[in-house]
Amino acid sequence: MKLPEVSDRLSGNRFVLDEEESHIEVNQALIKSTGSADRIIAACPARVYSKGPDGDVQVEYAACLECGTCFAIATPGSLSWHYPRGGYGVQFRDG
Amino acid sequence: MSPEPDFDVIVVGAGVAGTVTAYLLAQQGLEVVLIERGESAGSKNLSGGIMYCRAMTQVFPNFLTEAPIERRIDRNQMCFMNDDSWFMIDYGDERLHSGGTAVTVLRAHIDAWLAEQCENVGVTVMPGVKVDGLLIENGQVVGVRAGEDELRSRVTVAADGVNSFICRDAGLRPRQKLDQLAVGVKALLKLPDGELESRFGVSDDHGVAMATVGVGAGGGANGAGGFMYTNRETISIGLVLRLDGLVETKKRTIDLFDQFLAHPLIDSYVHGAELVEYGCHLINEGGWDMVGQIVHNGLVVVGDAAGFTLNTGLTVRGMDLATGSAQAAAPAIVQAIKSGDVSAAGLASYTANLDRSFVGQDMKTYAKAPQFLETDRMYNEYGKLLTDVMYRTYGLDTTPRQHLLAAARGALKASGLGLLTVAKDGLKGVRAL
Ligand SMILES: Cc1cc2nc3c(=O)[nH]c(=O)nc-3n(C[C@H](O)[C@H](O)[C@H](O)COP(=O)(O)OP(=O)(O)OC[C@H]3O[C@@H](n4cnc5c(N)ncnc54)[C@H](O)[C@@H]3O)c2cc1C
Repeated sequence: MKLPEVSDRLSGNRFVLDEEESHIEVNQALIKSTGSADRIIAACPARVYSKGPDGDVQVEYAACLECGTCFAIATPGSLSWHYPRGGYGVQFRDG
Repeated sequence: MSPEPDFDVIVVGAGVAGTVTAYLLAQQGLEVVLIERGESAGSKNLSGGIMYCRAMTQVFPNFLTEAPIERRIDRNQMCFMNDDSWFMIDYGDERLHSGGTAVTVLRAHIDAWLAEQCENVGVTVMPGVKVDGLLIENGQVVGVRAGEDELRSRVTVAADGVNSFICRDAGLRPRQKLDQLAVGVKALLKLPDGELESRFGVSDDHGVAMATVGVGAGGGANGAGGFMYTNRETISIGLVLRLDGLVETKKRTIDLFDQFLAHPLIDSYVHGAELVEYGCHLINEGGWDMVGQIVHNGLVVVGDAAGFTLNTGLTVRGMDLATGSAQAAAPAIVQAIKSGDVSAAGLASYTANLDRSFVGQDMKTYAKAPQFLETDRMYNEYGKLLTDVMYRTYGLDTTPRQHLLAAARGALKASGLGLLTVAKDGLKGVRAL
């Protein structure tokens, strides 16, 4: 079977968006120079990361499913990633 | 003098490990608060969904009848998967059903039920609050920090799952290596009415679980496996990708998952299904090697936060080990608080209890499993070897057949794997699993 595009896949999930605060921050210079950029773009199951026209890594933090894969594979220091504030982020209905 | 504690025990994380620990402590009369960052217990949690539930029924004798379980798994399939062929072992056993050995669960429902049991015995359940760090005074954990607030306790329990920021940030847990972690990607699927029963051949509360070694997908990745489990009305289907293998292939997680879903075997079960939910979560894959120090001054670590997960390729186990670690930790905490010594020495019976329990025993029994599962031949050559032997038997084309042994020898020769390599891997496998 074929699932819809990732953005549509996520549309069935419940998210409580933290409008004030992103829980992800990228160190652009380091993430590119260490090769972490390509790694996290490929590995993220929610397609949170993409490359912008200027080559910078863009972050769609609202789509994050909070697994921590990016944080585990990015070179330390190139990515700051923690859980969203309490009550925010993805809220699985089934899990 | 430090201020009086607000609670006897603070438990961080309302997953399986945290809820069971909190429940057992409150049952013994302790004042317990259970803090969870999700909107409600379970809302952040995801697993493949097979709970080996004997430990759980020790804690909750009514678990099988009262808890929101999906199906009793009494049929297990293990499948070596290539791009367009597969080799499957199919094992069914009525004893697994009558014994209630394993059930499928959906975490948002089961964790919420567990949290409810906690409330029934007086645990203060505090959802929607993220713990930002531990309060440490003179080398002793004395509580937690959440935003501007501080909450004090005699003992704190880190049940905050595989990423365990609270242990990591306090320097109590090293960064995991890539081969010690896997990402699990999962879709919850719904088939048209009646289709689940007919496609999987299940009735009533009977259920099937399939685990795959390799995922097809053009060779997939080293350390890749899939799962497909039947729930009452839905199917949990997913991919588990060890991070070292995933990074090495440079393939996209999403592409691997999509190729897995499109595989002819998988498609025969799930075609036409509707997506209900899509999620992902990390899994510990390091086995015994990644279990760190589980007792500190004023702090114990349970469940995934402590590294208690076992992936043997045949079964993924974490929820039962989370339950078992809670059963080992709770009496130690009660004893430490009663004796007034909540230092690491006072809490040390947790380690002893754990070593004696099925958690410690099984973690040690399968200590060699992670290393064995890093044999990359498992995810490519062996699946092909098995199907080639079968093809030499079933692929009748008027050329003369050979006996099975000769067919196997021929397939082995064609595979380029040496007999010695295969024998060694076989022996390693039998010893590790
Ligand atoms: C794809 C996949 C398939 C799996 N399949 C199976 C299977 O079939 N069978 C099986 O037994 N196991 C399976 N597992 C493993 C199993 O899910 C885990 O071992 C189990 O969930 C561990 O329970 P836990 O309570 O230790 O951690 P978790 O369930 O992760 O619970 C941790 C809790 O802590 C909360 N938390 C974290 N940080 C904070 C904080 N700072 N403040 C407040 N709250 C916090 C989280 O929101 C969460 O509720 C699978 C895992 C995955 C990812």
